[in-house]
Formats: sequence, structure tokens, C-alpha cells
Amino acid sequence: MTTYTTIAEDTRPLHHPKTWIGKYVWSQDHKVIAIQYSLTAVGVGLVALVLSGLMRMQLAFPGMLEFITPDAYYQFVTMHGMIMVIYLLTALLLGGFGNYMIPLMIGARDMVFPFVNMLSYWVYLLSVIVLMASFFVPGGPTGAGWTLYPPQAITEGTPGAGWGIIMMLTSLAIFIVAFTMGGLNYVTTVLQARTKGMTLMRMPCTIWGIFVATILGLLAFPALFVAAIMMTLDNTIGTSFFMPAIISNNVALDHSGGSPILFQHLFWFFGHPEVYIVALPAFGIVSDLIATHARKNIFGYRMMVWAIIIIGALSFIVWAHHMYVSGMNPYFGFFFATSTLIIAVPTAIKVYNWVLTLWRGDIHLRVPMLFAIGFIFTFIHGGLTGLFLGNVSVDVPLSDTYFVIGHFHMVMGVSPIMVVFGAIYHWYPKITGRMWDTMLGQAHFWITFLGVYAIYLPMHYLGFLGVPRRYYEMGETAFVPESVHLANVGITIAALTVGAAQLIFFYNLIYSYFKGRKADPNPWGATSLEWLTPDTPPAHGNWGPDLPKVYRWAYDYSVPGAAQDFIPQTTPPGPDETPHDH
Amino acid sequence: MSQNTHVATEPHSLETLVSDWSTDQEVFKKVQWGKAMMWIFLLSDTFIFSCFLTSYMTVRATTMVAWPNPSEVFALTLFGENIPLILIAIMTFVLISSSGTMALAVNFGYRRNRKATAYLMLATALLGATFVGMQAFEWSKLIAEGVRPWGNPFGAPQFGASFFMITGFHGFHVSIGVIYLTIIALRVLNGVYDRNGKYEVVEITGLYWHFVDLVWVFIFAFFYLW
Ligand code: HEM
Ligand SMILES: [Cu+2]
Repeated sequence: MTTYTTIAEDTRPLHHPKTWIGKYVWSQDHKVIAIQYSLTAVGVGLVALVLSGLMRMQLAFPGMLEFITPDAYYQFVTMHGMIMVIYLLTALLLGGFGNYMIPLMIGARDMVFPFVNMLSYWVYLLSVIVLMASFFVPGGPTGAGWTLYPPQAITEGTPGAGWGIIMMLTSLAIFIVAFTMGGLNYVTTVLQARTKGMTLMRMPCTIWGIFVATILGLLAFPALFVAAIMMTLDNTIGTSFFMPAIISNNVALDHSGGSPILFQHLFWFFGHPEVYIVALPAFGIVSDLIATHARKNIFGYRMMVWAIIIIGALSFIVWAHHMYVSGMNPYFGFFFATSTLIIAVPTAIKVYNWVLTLWRGDIHLRVPMLFAIGFIFTFIHGGLTGLFLGNVSVDVPLSDTYFVIGHFHMVMGVSPIMVVFGAIYHWYPKITGRMWDTMLGQAHFWITFLGVYAIYLPMHYLGFLGVPRRYYEMGETAFVPESVHLANVGITIAALTVGAAQLIFFYNLIYSYFKGRKADPNPWGATSLEWLTPDTPPAHGNWGPDLPKVYRWAYDYSVPGAAQDFIPQTTPPGPDETPHDH
Repeated sequence: MSQNTHVATEPHSLETLVSDWSTDQEVFKKVQWGKAMMWIFLLSDTFIFSCFLTSYMTVRATTMVAWPNPSEVFALTLFGENIPLILIAIMTFVLISSSGTMALAVNFGYRRNRKATAYLMLATALLGATFVGMQAFEWSKLIAEGVRPWGNPFGAPQFGASFFMITGFHGFHVSIGVIYLTIIALRVLNGVYDRNGKYEVVEITGLYWHFVDLVWVFIFAFFYLW
């Protein structure tokens, strides 16, 4: 019998690749994989950003750009939505931040299964390539809307109903395979590879958010996977899972007896948890940004952790709030409205706790903190409109209007993006060993923050007026007053400004990478392990010969009587210190 | 190795559960990471099969045409007798038996019996391959009778669609399992795990195999018996 050693006790060094290709291309180092994931995600995200700019041009100045036909508009809407939600945010927050942060923050050398972790990236890249290829197939990408509802997703008349939709479904299936390979690593690493002293209740909130979000992904993506397979079959070999009997252009289609509503259930059984797959990592990260830059322990750490877990669990029983107007049984509406409003409770607790962490803190308004506070604003606004839409009777008139567009952009578009920016500014010094430029960072923040309000606040007003979403142009519609056209022009100017302002961000990052001043290993005076690596940027294997040992939680800021205003997690308790054990 | 110094005056079961789980290093003590990872994967895969089966039940309920009678469609004429569900009964028996040989393999693995482990795993793989072979036979029989994913002579077109999709997806799992078992069995035979001491790989393979069997029981119940 061999004796069992935990990963933290295993002192054998990792296998270090020698060649450049082994280090940076076929790399099994979680940090390199994280960078590969992030760059790919941001790259494809830029495509989505350009598409949104084009849509805004069409909405403000209908017909001005002649290549934006109605078909093209639908294709842009669809690709924009899908890329933003899945290929940008999910991939960046879990594949990017999850990969980079998990081993570092829990004190591991790497993920438990680095080879599969590497495969995860390459399969993800393949899914992105398939998705981008759909721009070039006959008929172009699908224009079915990011929800891909059948029957219209695969019936004639919808752009991309032939090739485009198949490419989309294939790409999604590939993405899910990639996500599963990465996700298994993230979850298992958190469960089984923590260093000595790193109890679950000493993990930084970032890890909690990423961990629970990954579990959601592993349980929610299966529904999308199955839906993708069934729709592919409907489309290619003529099965009728989702297709009822249909007469199209006076011709009866070769389908009968399927259930379109089934697709909606499967899609949203994935789709709603997906919102939290994006939101929970953001919740976790922002908690750490706020605590670090306010020099205070996060208010109610235990409550924050439990709120993440409870939100994650509840997110599986609210999906049909996206289907109030689908014609499902009205009693379902009652159930799903209730569960939806219950989720608001742990969510509100989190918001209160962020604000209470700031309360009388020693707030340093550095750029990451600006974005963190910006997030609190945008998230509260998006959350409040969510209460409107969660109620059946209020949702019915607002459904499929610009109110919905305003709501979800605030809550799951802008808010996580704010955190992503904050997190990049926060960890950039550790990842690159260089410091970014403060002035540029502040300019980036203020333009983005004020800009998104200029974009999305008016959309709520448009929604109240009844302006429908996914419309190519409003034309001379009687109920649409002149002010709508004016608002649309204003929104577009703001959107293009915000889009252009991202150039400041990229310039800042690229310039600082080469020319920025050398960064301190722990510039913010943070307590968590990733700041305590022997090298900056951390080397392969992260810790040198010995893993760090953890003695306290990650939030010992401004402890009375301590020499500094922070105590790293690796500092043993002092002689007369009662350990703050969680 | 809890860092927590809880002096429990009376048993707080929920609290001790949480504090046991949240100790350092590992949630599941002395569980090799690969085993934990396989469990998590199977949990995710369970959701895939649940979605398939739920969808099948939904379309069976929504379709307007009568559902074919499984005991007629899945009957086989043997020795001049028409026996309902006979093929599927044999297939199920074969697959369940393979779970038995797998369990034995795991047991011999932990006793470090290299040869017995490897041969039992190969036997498991062989039974699995037999299952896939019989499934291929069943498919070709149904196809010969005119059952297609888009329609069939017996009733609702969703019958063929769900049948080929779900048994196909399961058969794919079995085939992967056969390959997986063979590879690990050969590695056992070569003494790889005697050298690195990681005999739990056999158990991990077993987890996957038992899962595939368990799923079959559900498919069998929902598809053939309902
Ligand atoms: C500057 C940033 C952005 C702008 C200007 C923008 C603009 C738009 C526009 C104009 C639409 C189509 C409205 C319609 O005709 O129905 C849209 C839809 C959408 N956007 Fe964005 N967006 C931005 C960022 C994001 C982000 C970060 C996300 C991530 C969640 C996102 C997710 C979506 C989704 C899911 C849709 C719905 C697509 C559909 O209806 O199928 N957007 N956006
Ligand atoms: Cu939802």
C-alpha cells in the first residue's frame, strides 16, 4: 500500500517545458492558458463591439450605411448577443480569471489536470473559429436572435437558416466541451488542491464566485448542449423535436408534432444560470477589490459566501421568468415570479454588504476601485429594473421592448464588464510586472461609466413608450414620437464614444506592458496569496520549492494594533492575537 | 486536520457538516483528485441525459400521433416465436453483467492483483462491445422495418427521432467506455500502476462504467417499458 499524499504535501517539482512552444503555445501552465483565453475572448469581444456600433448606426441613422440590410441587422443582433454573453464574458471570467486566479489564490502549483486544461483552451479557440467562419458561409451567420428560438431559427426567411444556424449550434456544442474540460479543473482544484491552512472559509470571495459559477456552468450547459443537438437534427435530417406542423409560403413543411416551447425551457434552463455564471465571478471579484482598496474587511464574509451559494442554487428554479409571454400555464408564472423575487433577497444582501464595506473605510480611489464603485451603481440600477420584469403583469407590456434591452445590458452587460476592467487594472501589476498609467485609467473609467448611462438610461424610456427590441427601423410608426428618434441619435453618439474610449484602455495596457514603470510585488497592500509569490510575474509552479501556509482569512485589513494596515494570509497569528477564524 | 477549534457542547449536525467540509487542503479527504473530477463530470453528464429523457417525454406528450407500442416494435422472432423485448432483455443482462466484472476488477485492483484486474477489465470491455454490437443489430433491424428519425410506419415520428438520438448518445458513451477500459487494462497489464502506485485509476474507470450502466437502466425503463 502506498501512503496517500495530498496535493499540498506533494513536493515534487512540476515538469518544466524547455522550448518556447512548450512554454507559450502548447502550454500547460494555468497562467499562460489564462492569458490565451483572455486574449481570444477580448479579440472576439471586439467583433461584438463593432457589431453593436453598426446596429446603433442603423438605429440612429436608418439606411445611412447601405450594407446594413434588414437581414444583416438581425445577424448583427444575434452574433453580438451570443458573442458578448458566451464567447466574451463566460470565457473571460472563467477561462481567463478562473484559470489565473484559482491556483494562485488557493496556494496551488497549477490546476489538478493541466493537460486537459490546455485542451480546454484549444477547443475553445476552435469554437470561436467555427463561430467566426459562419460570417463567410453561404447565407451568412444566423439571424435568429441570440435565443435561437425555433421554428423561425431554422425556417426559410430567417437569415442564415441553412448554414448559419448549423455553424452556430456546432460552435456552441464545441464551446460546451471546452468549458467542461476547464470547469472540471476549476471545481476539482478548489475542492482538492488547497494549500495547508486554506480552509474553504478562508478563501477570498473571488474564488467563491468563480467556484460556484463553474458548478452552475457544469449543470446548466448540458441543457443547451441537448437543445443544440436536437435543433441540429431538426434542421439537417428532418426530425421534429421542436417543429410543429407549419405552413410556410403556402407549403406544408415536413415537420409535425414537435414542441417549440420545449426549446424555450431548455434554452432558459441554461440561460438563466448563465446570467449568474457571468455575475457570480463578478460579485466575488468586486468584493475583493472593494475590501482591498477600502482597507477594510469585507462586511459579513460568511453572509457573502452563503449568498453566492444560495443565489447559485436558486438560479436553477427561475428560468421561466423569460417565458411569461410564451403562452405557458399561468400558474407557472406565479411560481416563477415568486422564486425570482426571492433571489432578490440574497442579492440585495450582497449589495448592502458592499456598501457597508465602503462605509467609513479608508477608501483609496484608485482606478480598480473606481470601477468597483461604478459596478455598485450599474448593478443596483439593473437590479431594480429586474424587479419590474420579474413580475408577470408588469413584464407583459414591457417584454420585448427596449426596457428589457436596458435592463439586461445594465445588469449582465455593463456590470460584469465594469468588474472585468477593475480586475484587469487590479491584477495587471502582478500579471505583467508593470504599472499602468493612472491618468489614462481614470479617463477610461469616467468616459465608460458616464457613457453607459447615456446609452442605457434612455433605453428604459424608449421601452415605456413601447419601442420593440430587434427592430431594424421604426419608420413612420404612429405611436413613436419624435423624441424617440432624438433619443436614438443620442444613444448612438454615446455608444460610439464609449466604444472609441476603449482604445484608451488598450493603448494603456499595451504601452505600459513595454514602457510602464516596474510594479511593486504587492502594490495595493493586499493580503491574499497571489500577491505573495516569490516572483512577479509568478513563475511556472508559482511558489518555488515550498507552498505557502495560510493562517488567517484574506480580509485582515486595518487590524487594530497591527504594524501595517494589512496582514498577509501567510502571517502566523501573533502571541496575543485571537485568530479571526471563519 | 481542521484548523477550527470548535468545542461543540451538543451535536450541531449542520454546523459540523459545514466545518468538516471546510477544513484545509481537501474537501473529500484522501480522495485522489481524479476520482473527485470523475464524480463531478458524471454529475454534469447526468444533467445531459436528464435533459434528453425529459425532452423525449415532452415530445411524446405533445405529438398528435399515437406512440408506437414498444413491446411490438421491439419484439424479435426467435425459433418461430414472437418474443417481445427479448433482444433488449439480453442487452440489458449483458450490460449489467459487465458492471459485475468491473466491480471485481476494482476489488482486485486494490489487492494489487495485476493480472486478474487487467483480464476482468478486458472482459468488461468485451461485454460492452457485445452490447454495442447488439445495439447495431437492433438499429439495423428497425431501419430495415422502415423506422427513420423523421418517420416510421408504426406511429409518431418522434419515436424514431428520440430512439436513435438517445440510444445513439448512450451507445457512444459505451463505445468510449470500451476504448477507455481497454487502454487502462493494458496499462494495468504493463504494470504502470504498480510502479506509480495509482491503482485508483481502475476505480475511476469503474465509476464511469457503472454510470453508463445506470443510465441504461433509465433509458430501458423510459423507452422500452413505458
Ligand atoms: C457598448 C456596448 C454595447 C452596445 C452599444 C450594445 C448595443 C446593443 C444593441 C443595439 C442591441 C440590439 C437591440 C435590438 O435591436 O434588439 C443589443 C442586443 C444585445 N446585447 Fe448589447 N450592446 C453592448 C454591450 C453588450 C454586452 C457587454 C453584452 C453582454 C451581456 C450585451 C448583450 C446583448 C444581448 C444578449 C443582446 C440581445 C440580442 C438579441 O436580441 O438576440 N451587449 N446590444
Ligand atoms: Cu433570468
